[in-house]
Amino acid sequence: MKYVLMFAETEQFAADLAAMDETERERAYGRVRQWFTDNADKITSHTHLMPAHTATTVRLDQAEPVITDGPFVEGKEVISGFAEIDVADLDEALRIVASWPACPLVEIRPIAG
Amino acid sequence: MELARVVREHAGRLAASLVSLIGDFSAAEDLVQDAVEAALQHWPIEGIPANPDGWLYTVARRRGLDALRRNARFRDKLALAAWPPQPVPDDRLRLIFTCCHPALPRTAQVALTLRVVCGLTTAQIARAFLIPETTVAQRITRAKRKISDAGIPYRIPAADELGARLVEVMTVVYLLFNEAYLPTSSQRAQAQHLAADAEFLATLLAGLMPNVPEVLGLLALIRLHRAREAARFTPDGQIIQLPDQDRSRWDRDVIVDAAWLIARAASLKKPGPYQLQAAIVAVHTEAGRWVDTDWQQILILYTMLDRLAPSPVTKLHRAVALRYVAGPDVALAAVGELRQALNGYHLWHATRAELLRDLGRPDEAHEADRRALELTANPAEQSLLRQRISWA
Repeated sequence: MKYVLMFAETEQFAADLAAMDETERERAYGRVRQWFTDNADKITSHTHLMPAHTATTVRLDQAEPVITDGPFVEGKEVISGFAEIDVADLDEALRIVASWPACPLVEIRPIAG
Repeated sequence: MELARVVREHAGRLAASLVSLIGDFSAAEDLVQDAVEAALQHWPIEGIPANPDGWLYTVARRRGLDALRRNARFRDKLALAAWPPQPVPDDRLRLIFTCCHPALPRTAQVALTLRVVCGLTTAQIARAFLIPETTVAQRITRAKRKISDAGIPYRIPAADELGARLVEVMTVVYLLFNEAYLPTSSQRAQAQHLAADAEFLATLLAGLMPNVPEVLGLLALIRLHRAREAARFTPDGQIIQLPDQDRSRWDRDVIVDAAWLIARAASLKKPGPYQLQAAIVAVHTEAGRWVDTDWQQILILYTMLDRLAPSPVTKLHRAVALRYVAGPDVALAAVGELRQALNGYHLWHATRAELLRDLGRPDEAHEADRRALELTANPAEQSLLRQRISWA
């Protein structure tokens, strides 16, 4: 089954990352690279997004499109990237996610069809 | 009761083998429900057949070949199935792990386990939990959809995840049992069914995983509580508290058997919360009279339990043991420290009331009982507290 993992950051996580010095941050990135290497045979694609301040949302359920600044979910958690994985079942997806070394929230969603 | 027992014994087995056979949890579950509904209609009139599993399997297969016309894949698998049904190795463990998967909400885990593993109908589950049948049906439908759409597997978890997943399963069984423990008087019969379901599940788990000490501990705990069932209520549904129970009405055979389970669990040398809770109940059952209770031992066990799984409710129980070991003043101080955490819990106030009464402070005791009464919704507990208030 194919799943998309949606990674979400929190304000706390962003602040912690910002507070790190150069070596600490490099080590944190290194752990993420290692995770992608370790699971390379199951990850079909992945994307890291620019931070939330770059987001623009368009609402199309009004008479005219309404364009607003920021992500569509107003909250402390914002999507920061996603990866597509191809595994046997939800348990295997959960196993991979359990070792994710970075942002504190991951949503697992099966791909339709 | 006999009918419930036979259904419970066979429905889960049928569900397990049908899921294996047609490879679809939801479709298999529908067939089992049909067969169970048919059994509940026919058996009370025609009697329980000599071969209940064959009977259920026949109905499920016939219904399946008919109902699964839309889905040729499942139907063909069913048509090719060995006939008559062959005895299969017990697959119910896989079934339990799927029903109690952590990706399902707790309420769905409970409903699904009762329905699929114990063969309860939606209506029976609704009655047991005093919730509308539509709510139960909705929970089950959603859960089944999530199982198939999200790819929740039908298998026993791998060794490294088994521990956490087993905790999930044991929590569901424990919740069922707790739900059955303090029924309202009008719910007594339902609750006994539910307690029997919980014991059935714990027995099944212990049979399938005989070397997991916490599983044995959970089974012992449930059996020990059930062994005292007959002595816990007056005929009109009033609670009889432990000191006042007629201990000759406790089921000694069950108690001996549970003690053996606890000893076996202990020999595996991995203590856990269920084993400790069972051990505490066992100490109570060993005392011939209330005054013979080994409180020192109970205090030690509660101390261990609180260290292993810290909780304010365990500390409250520990304080009760402390009353008999160190006196009511020491116990009251310990209870006082829990005010913040347990101010909304009726038993905190009720325990305080008893200690205050011991210490000759009846006015404060009265006030605490009154608070406790405001906080409980259980009629049997309400009536007990009302009595205490009127005596004071």
